[in-house]
Amino acid sequence: MKRPIRHARPATPRAHSSRARLLTRIGAIMASLAALSLSGCSVLSRGFLAPGGPVAHAERHEFFFVSVVMLLVIGPVILLAPLIAWHYRLANTKSAFRPQWGFSWILEGLIWIPPTIIVIVLAVFLVQRTEQLDPYRAIPSNLPPLQVDVVSLDWKWLFIYPELHIASVNQLILPANRPVHMSLTSGTVMQSLLMPRLAGQIYAMTGMVTQLNLAISEPGTYWGENAQYNGDGFVKQKFQVMGVTPADFSHWVASVKQTPKVLDDKAYHNLSQESTIPQPITFGTVEPGIFAKIVHQVIPPGDAAKHEEAKYDG
Amino acid sequence: MTIWHILLGRLTWSSLAFVRAWRDPTLSELIGAAAAAIAVGGAVVLFGLLTYLRAWRYLWSEWLTSLDHKRIGIMYMVFAGVMLARALIEAVVIRTQQAIAINNQGIVGPEHFAELFSTHGTIMVFFVGMPLLIGLMNYVMPLQIGSRDVAFPYLNSISLWLTIGGGIMMMASLVVGKFSTGGWSGYPPYTELAFNGGVGPDYWIWSVSLSSLGALMTGINFAVTIYKFRAPGMTWMRLPLFTWTSLCTSILMIFAVPPLTIATLMLAADRYLGMHFFTNDLGGNMMNFVNLFWLFGHPEVYILILPPFGVYSEVVSAYSSKELYGYTSLVIATMAIAILSFTVWLHHFFTMGQSAPINAFFGIATMLIGIPTGVKIYDWIWTMFWGEVRLNTAMLFSIGFMVTFVIGGMSGIILATPPVDYMVHNTLFLIAHFHNMLIPGMLYGVIAGYYYWFPKAFGFRLSEKWGRRTFFCFFVGFYLAFMPLYVMGLGGVARRSQELFDPTLRPWTIVAEIGALLLFTGLACIFIQLYVSIKQRHQTRVPVGDPWDARGLEWSMSAPPPEYNFAVIPQVSRRDAFYWRKKYDGAYRPADHYRDIELPKNSMCGILVGMGLTACFFGFVWHIWWLAFLGFAVAFGTAVVRSFNRDVNRVIPAAEVAAHDRRWLDRAAAARPIPRHLELTPENEGLAKWQG
Repeated sequence: MKRPIRHARPATPRAHSSRARLLTRIGAIMASLAALSLSGCSVLSRGFLAPGGPVAHAERHEFFFVSVVMLLVIGPVILLAPLIAWHYRLANTKSAFRPQWGFSWILEGLIWIPPTIIVIVLAVFLVQRTEQLDPYRAIPSNLPPLQVDVVSLDWKWLFIYPELHIASVNQLILPANRPVHMSLTSGTVMQSLLMPRLAGQIYAMTGMVTQLNLAISEPGTYWGENAQYNGDGFVKQKFQVMGVTPADFSHWVASVKQTPKVLDDKAYHNLSQESTIPQPITFGTVEPGIFAKIVHQVIPPGDAAKHEEAKYDG
Repeated sequence: MTIWHILLGRLTWSSLAFVRAWRDPTLSELIGAAAAAIAVGGAVVLFGLLTYLRAWRYLWSEWLTSLDHKRIGIMYMVFAGVMLARALIEAVVIRTQQAIAINNQGIVGPEHFAELFSTHGTIMVFFVGMPLLIGLMNYVMPLQIGSRDVAFPYLNSISLWLTIGGGIMMMASLVVGKFSTGGWSGYPPYTELAFNGGVGPDYWIWSVSLSSLGALMTGINFAVTIYKFRAPGMTWMRLPLFTWTSLCTSILMIFAVPPLTIATLMLAADRYLGMHFFTNDLGGNMMNFVNLFWLFGHPEVYILILPPFGVYSEVVSAYSSKELYGYTSLVIATMAIAILSFTVWLHHFFTMGQSAPINAFFGIATMLIGIPTGVKIYDWIWTMFWGEVRLNTAMLFSIGFMVTFVIGGMSGIILATPPVDYMVHNTLFLIAHFHNMLIPGMLYGVIAGYYYWFPKAFGFRLSEKWGRRTFFCFFVGFYLAFMPLYVMGLGGVARRSQELFDPTLRPWTIVAEIGALLLFTGLACIFIQLYVSIKQRHQTRVPVGDPWDARGLEWSMSAPPPEYNFAVIPQVSRRDAFYWRKKYDGAYRPADHYRDIELPKNSMCGILVGMGLTACFFGFVWHIWWLAFLGFAVAFGTAVVRSFNRDVNRVIPAAEVAAHDRRWLDRAAAARPIPRHLELTPENEGLAKWQG
């Protein structure tokens, strides 16, 4: 972890064929044209079209690829439907009229075969990309991934750094250019973790662990949210993701370790109550194994917690 | 346990929206109270009007107790129209909230906003989409296959009243209590007792249950009708396309709706009986609900889309004066879509952590559906090719549909790609996508079908002028309302957000708001169109019954049709039966021999079963156990008692049938056949001039 960043080979975006790359170019040009024509388009820079890491970058590529292919598919319909309707309008007496015509093998072939070929092509890419971008798949790198255990609560995110024995709420600080492996569970209802410029969604569910791999390419500020509605505080369940240099990350870890707050059963119990928090919280010490206790419901999840309230209050 | 508790269950004063607004007069509560006031006021005005017009007896004996598939179909559509008005107003409130609430609370609070998106979705799917289509199928399908009614007219009435019962519960939730905040999909554990102890999820469970029971019965009814009640000679490959899509939708309803009923009942078992199917603890698992729900939910999409595909097939062919291109292809494509629709449900949760091969499988299955769907669209385009297209309201909606729907198809393929779905799932991109499918796919189709078959049902045409205005509003309104949502979704804006925090979103939310208002104006245009058309009905009458020079059997009788549909059950010798009869001069001929016709008597059993079960479920919602018991006893008792009744049919004598038929034939003989370019003029009496 203390190795300087320049010695590490950055996590690379996945290689793709030159044809696909060309399509990406076209897609990118078209997207930027669209972006120019629509002023106030900074909204797109909030999402994965302005990727901050290799995962979002590859997903953007996939988005452009599918979009360009599909534009080629739907373009003819968008043109043909109104043109043919207009040309063969009743008032146009010059157009041919063959009321009994209702079949042609050539046209049948044209409407069944090319779409099938396109779907086969898309399917091949889909299988490949779905494998490559499986959120469970580790990101190739020389550096060992940083482990973060994520617990979704009402209405906040708890991030535990198990190797560092620290934790933070609604703030995720990550070293840039180092892969991150997340294990997610929920301390309440089902939720969905989305960091639009970094990595796509995965659900967090009680009693289960899901996984997400990501990396940040450049130091910078990104954001994340819960995308699955879970009650009144849903819209406030957003957090900042900061990608920092390894040195800054070490500084941050050291400073957090100074904070006296301890994440133990009782602190977790208080945290898991329904609330929104105005400022991120950090815990300088984390009781070992607390994530496993949450997953295995040794600490009961949301609803059961209410039944057990008396235990803690008493 | 006081007497009040026994009598009223969980109902208290503060259950009433008005009382809540009185005690806590925030803007959000006042809006809630105003909505409740509209619901109550609307009911009061309706009752007053009916009493004033002394229309109760007529309404009861001619409509509410009717077992005539045509009247039941019309009642379905009227009901759906009322619900559409409510759900569209809710959509406008949702858009207004997002346009205003950027770094402020806006006009409705978080809980109220959640109720809005939950009722909007639930109503649009279960109480607008399905009733509109079931209504249309009810009216048209038996006419198309040459039948006098559906297979089980009494069951048809029960289905209608169960659906209306669900709608009544939705309306009641405006006035007493609160609706669920869990969205139209109602995912547990959020909707479990532990997180939502109130009546909201119960309202959702029981109103959806009513609707799903009704839909299942309709599915069985229609499928049996198409299997067994086709006119002689109406073989499978001679069925009109709308009937084909009705059949596929019925099959989908039979197989897809039960998982929903089961899922909601299991959730009810969790909430009422302390079970643990989907709870967080004691072995419950919400993933089972999610699977069951989408095992229903995806075929449901095609339940909503296939019948409009049938409408487009009819409309494009009729208004192009031309045979449908690629009939066989369309049938194969319809069946393929129906079957494939059961193989894709997992794409609604690519993000639940299953392995990449599973996601890939379901992604490919999803893309496969694109092939038959694309084939259909090209079939309609080739149908216009070499035709003579009349660009009236229905055709404008059809062409608008083709152009717009493929954009939704494009975003559908994008969403079917798991790596991209990870990024746009649960965002406004998804919202834009399914509205992009359902508004052109479903709503445009229903409006086109409504314009096309209205003269058949009521004997006069709809106003073309207001139809075009409707089209303008719905077409432009759609783009304005939903294209910004695509953009915002790409920007990572989560769906169901009551408040937004980024000022750069404001231009987009304002455009979407304008679009929503335009869509609402479109709905207003539909109502105005109906009003205007009724006023000028004397200039637009088409009593002979074939105003569009159309091709199916449904055009071969007077408009409106007699209650027994066909004086004599037709003999079908080829596809587009009526067209060929017109060509070879077999149309408008008296039959050699008229027979007595047996029709089901009116029955109030349907309304009793439906309302009984509604009362039962309302009792469940509020824990009013005596009401639940009473309602169930009424429903069950009615069903049992009616099953002993053998005297359920009445006979229309042959002489009466012959007289009616002769009057219609005289009318047809007196009418002037008009060519196509005059079909929108008062000269069109419903007799088409042959011009093939």
